Amino acid sequence: MYEFEHHKPASVADAASAMKGADDGKLLAGGQTMIPTLKQRLASPSDLVDLGGIAELKGISVSGGTVTIGAMTNHAAVAASADIKSALPALAELADHIGDAQVRNRGTIGGSVANNDPAADYPAACLALGATIHTSQRDIAADDFFTGLFETALEEDEIITKISFPVANKAAYVKFPNPASRYALVGVFVADGPAGTRVAVTGAGQDGVFRVPEMESALSGNFSADAIANVKVSADNLNADIHASADYRAHLITVMAKRAVAKI
Amino acid sequence: MPDGTTGTGIGAAVKRVEDFRFLTGKGNYTDDINRPGQSYAYILRSPHAHAKITSIDSSAAKAAAGVLAVFTGEDMQVGSLPCGWQIHSKDGSPMLEPEHPPLAKGKVRYVGDQVAVVIADTYSQAKDAAESIVVNYEVLPAAVSMSDALTDKSLVHDDIGSNLCFDWEIGDEAAVDEAMSKAAHITKIDLVNNRLVPNAMEPRAAVGEFDAATGEYTLYTTSQNPHVIRLLMGAFVLSIPEHKLRVVAPDVGGGFGSKIYHYAEEAIVTWAAPKIGRPIKWVADRSEAFISDAHGRDQINHAELALDANGKFLALKVQTQANMGAYLSTFAPCVPTYLSATLLAGTYTTPAIHANVKAIFTNTVPVDAYRGAGRPESTYLIERIVDQAARETGIDKVEIRRRNFIPADAFPYQTPVALQYDSGDYEATLSSATKIADVAGFAARKAEAASRGKLRGMGYSTYLEACGIAPSAVVGSLGARAGLYESAEVRVHPTGSVTVFTGTHSHGQGHETTFAQLVSDRLGLPMENIEISHGDTNKVQFGMGTYGSRSLAVGGEALIRAVDKIIDKAKKIAAHVLEASADDIEFKDGNFTVAGTDRSMAFGEVALTAYVPHNFPHDELEPGLDEKAFYDPANFTYPGGCHICEVEIDPETGVTEVIKFTAVDDVGRVINPMIVEGQVHGGVAQGIGQALLEYAAYDDSGQLVTGSFMDYTMPRADNFPKFDVTTEGTLCTHNTLGVKGVGEVGAIGSPPAVINAVIDALWDRGVRDMSMPATPEKVWSALQAAE
Repeated sequence: MYEFEHHKPASVADAASAMKGADDGKLLAGGQTMIPTLKQRLASPSDLVDLGGIAELKGISVSGGTVTIGAMTNHAAVAASADIKSALPALAELADHIGDAQVRNRGTIGGSVANNDPAADYPAACLALGATIHTSQRDIAADDFFTGLFETALEEDEIITKISFPVANKAAYVKFPNPASRYALVGVFVADGPAGTRVAVTGAGQDGVFRVPEMESALSGNFSADAIANVKVSADNLNADIHASADYRAHLITVMAKRAVAKI
Repeated sequence: MPDGTTGTGIGAAVKRVEDFRFLTGKGNYTDDINRPGQSYAYILRSPHAHAKITSIDSSAAKAAAGVLAVFTGEDMQVGSLPCGWQIHSKDGSPMLEPEHPPLAKGKVRYVGDQVAVVIADTYSQAKDAAESIVVNYEVLPAAVSMSDALTDKSLVHDDIGSNLCFDWEIGDEAAVDEAMSKAAHITKIDLVNNRLVPNAMEPRAAVGEFDAATGEYTLYTTSQNPHVIRLLMGAFVLSIPEHKLRVVAPDVGGGFGSKIYHYAEEAIVTWAAPKIGRPIKWVADRSEAFISDAHGRDQINHAELALDANGKFLALKVQTQANMGAYLSTFAPCVPTYLSATLLAGTYTTPAIHANVKAIFTNTVPVDAYRGAGRPESTYLIERIVDQAARETGIDKVEIRRRNFIPADAFPYQTPVALQYDSGDYEATLSSATKIADVAGFAARKAEAASRGKLRGMGYSTYLEACGIAPSAVVGSLGARAGLYESAEVRVHPTGSVTVFTGTHSHGQGHETTFAQLVSDRLGLPMENIEISHGDTNKVQFGMGTYGSRSLAVGGEALIRAVDKIIDKAKKIAAHVLEASADDIEFKDGNFTVAGTDRSMAFGEVALTAYVPHNFPHDELEPGLDEKAFYDPANFTYPGGCHICEVEIDPETGVTEVIKFTAVDDVGRVINPMIVEGQVHGGVAQGIGQALLEYAAYDDSGQLVTGSFMDYTMPRADNFPKFDVTTEGTLCTHNTLGVKGVGEVGAIGSPPAVINAVIDALWDRGVRDMSMPATPEKVWSALQAAE
């Protein structure tokens, strides 16, 4: 990696000002994307602002029908949380299947959501559950947050502080892992809750996570796997690579959606 | 029970003595070696598959912080990296053998080709400086696929005028054509043997050092065969005589063939060390390994099998295209020829066989031997076409194999493709595997799977391979430029402990245990009194190294012969001291006894007498107890057996799960059953990897698309069931240990068993073919196409 200035602020305010003072600063959360990117010299930030020392960004709370997770809470903590397992087990299970044990112990929900990798798992949960992304500046609805491939509504220097998920009565996530990387080749999160009946797909879309309205309306009338068994998703705008053509991904979306519904 | 009284002799599952240091992080790998004043090298590599280098400006790099030197191909005027095997085409002409400079001269020929080396105080400085080197490339069309290359529209090497390295044949074509014309049935098949990236856990590394006081060079390197590297680099590339060149291959973290070859980086750090007056270390990172370690496999085969009305094989005809990559790696030409086409009889009595092999240069990473080396390719071909023939003729796939097996009483058996098998019993291994795999219960399991919407299939591979490489006279006549014997020295110290120096090299195989067991068995010594030393040309007399499952069958046999010389001499010493005739001395359980008396000497007392020879037969013997043996085998060894794979496919997603894998392998006598089982496990894992997961994919421009673990699917533990691995069978007849070798059988036997099982699972749904790797998408697409 190239040299950079390392900052480890103790508060969100200090982190924001460190970012303001940097020529080309980057935030470091769990580092599961950032560190490999730096090691491969694919990024050369002037400053790295490490959020690991900010206590207020960590922690999980469940109250009033909302699960709130601090941005620097790692995946292992979400997976192990008794509160989340009880209130929103699908979210704990999703976290439990991100990467491997090493990734889950370092990677954070805030980092994952801010990065908006098109094959990441959390964006599907955010969109399907109608989550709210809280930042150092404002609250952003998940519907408005994910704006494209690795693109979000976040401004420069804006820091995610926590993410809150309304508890849904029905929720499940099933993914088909890329055989090599084990990222989601196709991941489908289905939910029936305060945000309505939603089906969010990660891994497949050229522009990142997206919803499938045809499945949502089919499920609204009849929340069963059979209801969506014949809903075909168009291969237009889906990713194609050596592991899966767009047609195969389109097919897998229906299969994974069915299996997610059947799990509930 | 193990022989002798030590409990650590032949047949004992002794825990690996080397594992303590490996598992506690105390191994001494090349990157652990740091020499005083050491500097670091970074290799600038070609980003293009094929391009002319029109200019290189390294002035900024030379002026950069910490940089000691920058060298390009123009600076490094040394010999070509040599090829160790010469093949002649069927017209008698020698293979085309292009120059292979350690640093590219004028042209780059694959993504990863070495363009320049930057040497600096730190690795980061070298890497930083390399970014400031300005290389102007004139990009040329790349010959990426073998079919593109064969048109010669774009020549990988202009000076040799063709991309066809050689056009070789073996067998009696007229006899094959005659048999084909009379056949009741001819089965045809087209196959691709997928290209693989070896991915040893430890990336390659090298440290070069020069001692100005003595004029001696030292190279520490991740090698399976340090003496071979000393010979190839010293004699052919850098013109350094052996007595001034020490090559050390310390602990090495896996090789699988990829660390046999002499690589450019070894020559670069050794050559540059005296130029800058400091030791130089180079270590590949994982991305670099993907584009600079020799790849494996990469063949295209067309085969035709002629059968009579009873399903007996009459003839086999094979046309193979073998990818050499951009340059000839050390052993590349022998892989598709003498290590592959000579195996085309397999376990069957096919009387007439002919194979034609075209070896082709392409703008890709050089391709060479990878665990199994040629034998997986022929095994895959035979076991696929036999299954196909069974389907087409309606003969049961097990029955068709039985009808064509070389019978157990037919050994030694001369095949029509050069090899003479010494022993085997294919019916026995098939029969055992059938029981262990519970073939009888398969129909019920298939029906149960179907009730869950899943497709079950079972596939067989009744394979054979040739290893224990190799009789020097035979391989010499076939084009090898080296002998393939092995050597051992047994040094008994004055107090009776023993150091063994072996020319083989252990990089995961557990030689420090297995070889010590041989000594423990023969000399009656406890394991802790025996040390196995390997990997240093200044310690070990000579050696050809470890590959082709040769270490035990060739190196172990050399060791036994040296041990026997020790026993011989020790008996004479004991006879002198005990005042008896040497013929009357018996050696048992570590004691020399005068037959029929209670007069005896312990092994340690004899050793002490040899080194403190106050009472010693000086007229007859020299003092000391230290013996060497060189052993050249009379034949290859022929392990074989039966692998049965059971898979379950999810037709909705195309995912194949290996439910059960049964391997019954005849590897000859087993010295350490635990290590043998581990070797088969590893090989089967790599074989299933080839069949279901792994392939090196290039795009049309010659970029390696699967250039990292994000896209190259390395097998993981959860890809496998628990394997059922057993050994049984026959002994090798031409070495005293009766051993055949086990390092490669898993990788050789398993891929066709897996693919045959996949096809079996999909057959009822109309799928008739499947290529490796059978990825979920490929399986799903095949099901869609068959509907």
